[in-house]
Amino acid sequence: MSNNSGGERSMLHQVIDRRLSGKNKSIGNRERFLRRYKEQIKEAVRKAVGDRSIRDIEEGADITLPKRDVSEPTFGHAPGGSRELVHPGNQEYIRGDRIQRPQGGGGGGSGGSGASQDGQGEDDFVFRISREEFMNYFFDDLALPRMIRTQLLADVPEWKYRRAGYVSEGSPSALHIVRSMRTGLARRIAMGGDTRIELRRAIEQLKEAEERGDPEKDLALLREAVAELRTRLKRVPWLDPFDLRYRNRVREPMPTSKAVMFCLMDVSGSMDESRKDLAKRFFILLYLFLSRHYEKTEVVFIRHHTQAAEVTEDEFFHATESGGTVVSSALTLMNDIIRARYMGSEWNIYGAQASDGDNWQQDSSKCRELLDHKILPLVRYYAYVQVADEDQNLWEEYTRVRDANSHFAMQKIVTPSQIFPVFRDLFKKTPQAA
Amino acid sequence: MMEEAELLTPSDRKKDESRRLPCPSDWNFELLETYFQAIRRTAESFGLDTYPAQLELISSEQMLDAYASVGMPVNYRHWSYGKHFIQSEKSYRRGHMGLAYEIVINSDPCIAYLMEENTMPMQALVMAHACFGHNSFFKGNYLFRMWTDASSIIDYLVYAKSFVSECEERHGIDAVEQVLDACHALMNYGVDRYRRPQKISMVEEENRRKEREAYLQQQVNDLWRTLPAKAGKQAEKKTRRFPEEPQENILYFIEKNAPLLEPWQREIVRIVRKIAQYFYPQRQTQVMNEGWATFWHYTLLNTMYDQGMLSDGYMMEILSSHTNVVFQPPVTHPAYSGINPYALGFAMFTDIKRICQNPTDEDREWFPELAGTDWIKSLDYAMRHFKDESFIGQYLSPKMMRDFRMFAVLDDAAQSELEVSAIHDDQGYRRLRESLSRQHDLGWREPNIQVWNVNARGDRSLTLRHIRHSDRPLDNGAEEVVKHVARLWGFRVRLESVDTHDRVMQHWEVTPPQHH
Repeated sequence: MSNNSGGERSMLHQVIDRRLSGKNKSIGNRERFLRRYKEQIKEAVRKAVGDRSIRDIEEGADITLPKRDVSEPTFGHAPGGSRELVHPGNQEYIRGDRIQRPQGGGGGGSGGSGASQDGQGEDDFVFRISREEFMNYFFDDLALPRMIRTQLLADVPEWKYRRAGYVSEGSPSALHIVRSMRTGLARRIAMGGDTRIELRRAIEQLKEAEERGDPEKDLALLREAVAELRTRLKRVPWLDPFDLRYRNRVREPMPTSKAVMFCLMDVSGSMDESRKDLAKRFFILLYLFLSRHYEKTEVVFIRHHTQAAEVTEDEFFHATESGGTVVSSALTLMNDIIRARYMGSEWNIYGAQASDGDNWQQDSSKCRELLDHKILPLVRYYAYVQVADEDQNLWEEYTRVRDANSHFAMQKIVTPSQIFPVFRDLFKKTPQAA
Repeated sequence: MMEEAELLTPSDRKKDESRRLPCPSDWNFELLETYFQAIRRTAESFGLDTYPAQLELISSEQMLDAYASVGMPVNYRHWSYGKHFIQSEKSYRRGHMGLAYEIVINSDPCIAYLMEENTMPMQALVMAHACFGHNSFFKGNYLFRMWTDASSIIDYLVYAKSFVSECEERHGIDAVEQVLDACHALMNYGVDRYRRPQKISMVEEENRRKEREAYLQQQVNDLWRTLPAKAGKQAEKKTRRFPEEPQENILYFIEKNAPLLEPWQREIVRIVRKIAQYFYPQRQTQVMNEGWATFWHYTLLNTMYDQGMLSDGYMMEILSSHTNVVFQPPVTHPAYSGINPYALGFAMFTDIKRICQNPTDEDREWFPELAGTDWIKSLDYAMRHFKDESFIGQYLSPKMMRDFRMFAVLDDAAQSELEVSAIHDDQGYRRLRESLSRQHDLGWREPNIQVWNVNARGDRSLTLRHIRHSDRPLDNGAEEVVKHVARLWGFRVRLESVDTHDRVMQHWEVTPPQHH
């Protein structure tokens, strides 16, 4: 302003368009943040998985960190001692007035001084991680099942028919009338060509003869030739079997679009919360895995004790029942449901069963029968996880099923850390399965 | 606060339509240029002295990025910047927070970010505010002149960024993060309040660092020499204090004296300290800086409007934003969160201009040296030679206090109720002014904590001392900070909070795990 010592320098300036450069400069810092709170975030993801429905497992998530954990400490004043703050907007006070101390012990309100920026509010630090990040954390201690992705595709045949031009043989229903008529027309033109030329010539001769006034006898001869040529033309067939054309269709393998996943779980008294949790997480993995392969994945929940019932997801995981166990009841129900609703070839059927293996003695062999003869021929894959360690008769029977069927797998899961390895093991590509 | 409304009355204004600048609502580069030049000419007519300006057009995402790294175009990586990014992104997306229209950086050239979402009138407002208001403040105010070096800050940050990432590669992210966390906790105690640091460029900085590393290590070793002293000197040694005087710059003290820090760790301490020093003037001149920039965008744009350069529609939009910016909710308002520095600063500069131009008897009594002087010169003087604390102490007029209806509330923990200690009346003016001035004094806002003593001959423990002002205690954050200090110092650290009679009222003690 008045001091113009440096004012001689002209105010050079430039305008730079940075809009296209360097977006997401903060990504690195955001990563640092996520890295620092990795354990807490993983824990939060684990909890989120427990709370949410299988179908929306793949959403992002709100992560809540206690404010204390993410705070950056600095020295500050606590309430106490004496302080004087100036505020605007006085309406009724005069000097010496006394005011009730506001609740919360924050002193005279939050003054303009901002002396206690960190002291106020113990809100948690909440932020959102994206779906991708969520999945990364989810698979983090499980390692990504990328290797599995392509495996099951190989043995998932579903065919689609596609039109591919026209052929001369086919079923009457595929007859293409326009094409056939057109072929006929072409054939008729081709076959009558010479005759028509002769006919034209004969007609001309007849005309000339008539104009010349030739004798009647010659004229009659010519007329007869024209008539004969006309008859010959008429003898060319209107439609020949040779003309017929049919629509062609070819069969092509198609990536499958629909899958149904049966979750079978034992809810008898012996399945406690932690066992159910193991089962649930296994089901979630399977669901994620399948939904990455298929456009649409349906889930059927069947729970059983001595009787089986199809239930909603919520009931599946949260209702508790007790009593004995008849595993075959669930298998029977699964079989019925498949036959009623999922018989089309477009359905890829998967079964996943979780149980603690505690089955009623005589029932286990029945289970084997059902699997061997009814269910396994219909499903792409069937996985059984036993969330308990002891071998019982169901395990023995299932071992026999496994030995006989390459698309049946079974494993034991006792601690959460085993879930993914077991999952991977179950879905590992084996030479027989290919 | 809108006494300036007379500037807007169109009655005696001779509109020269031929000077009207084009006025579509969307901006383009040509238009930016046109407006910049017009504003520049207006600013020159008022004699504003500025650094050259560099306008950078950015998107709202980039604005969020800039927010997160304290507005600087480059900075080293740290999780806390990520945290701030996440926070501001969240509140922005949910619509809780509008983005600032601009960010301006005290550098030479002065970098101003303009958001692409702004309309042309907003861009004009932002240019006037940032490129001429803030810019001239950065260039003129004594604190900025004394403490920061506008020409080298970007270079220095580039250096800091590459040094930190080099350290991360060499020593691991966690090790670097630990040092940075500790330094950030002490950032407010990493500034020299009275001594001017030297200016140096990046190349020099790099060269010096190497020398410094060698030299420093040697110094530290000298200090901690553990060879047994001669018996005769023992008594004398014991009485020697270290440090001889209490040290207010804790980070500096640690950088120079912490016994166990590696050279690279000392350098990081130094980097954080330097950056803290750079921001120190901004923290002390918030009211002045914002007030000055607001005063000038208002004055420049109104002048241009008076000259017929701006359309009515433009001016309405500009004024509408301006009014939002200088809104001061009263204490009873739900949105009240202290005194709005824009409102206070703008009102004060406007008031100084009023005192110069139309002084009342009261003004003549309170500001004899100001009343009737050239307002441009007087404002310039005020901008150059004060910080918030002294600016308010010097210039807050009784009229201002009345207009704001200010009152002071005394909160004494010994009393069961709060007391209204002063209001905007004859008995209250001086006390109000003193109180508001103190409220803007960093020394009053932040606890006064200094390096008190090091037990150099014994267990090497470090004692920090908090000297209580008005008996105000420290809050619970102190313990965490002391842990950070201990991490840097490497030995036991004690913080005592003493009252005016040297009685220890609170204390914290942390012994770091011995991992060396």
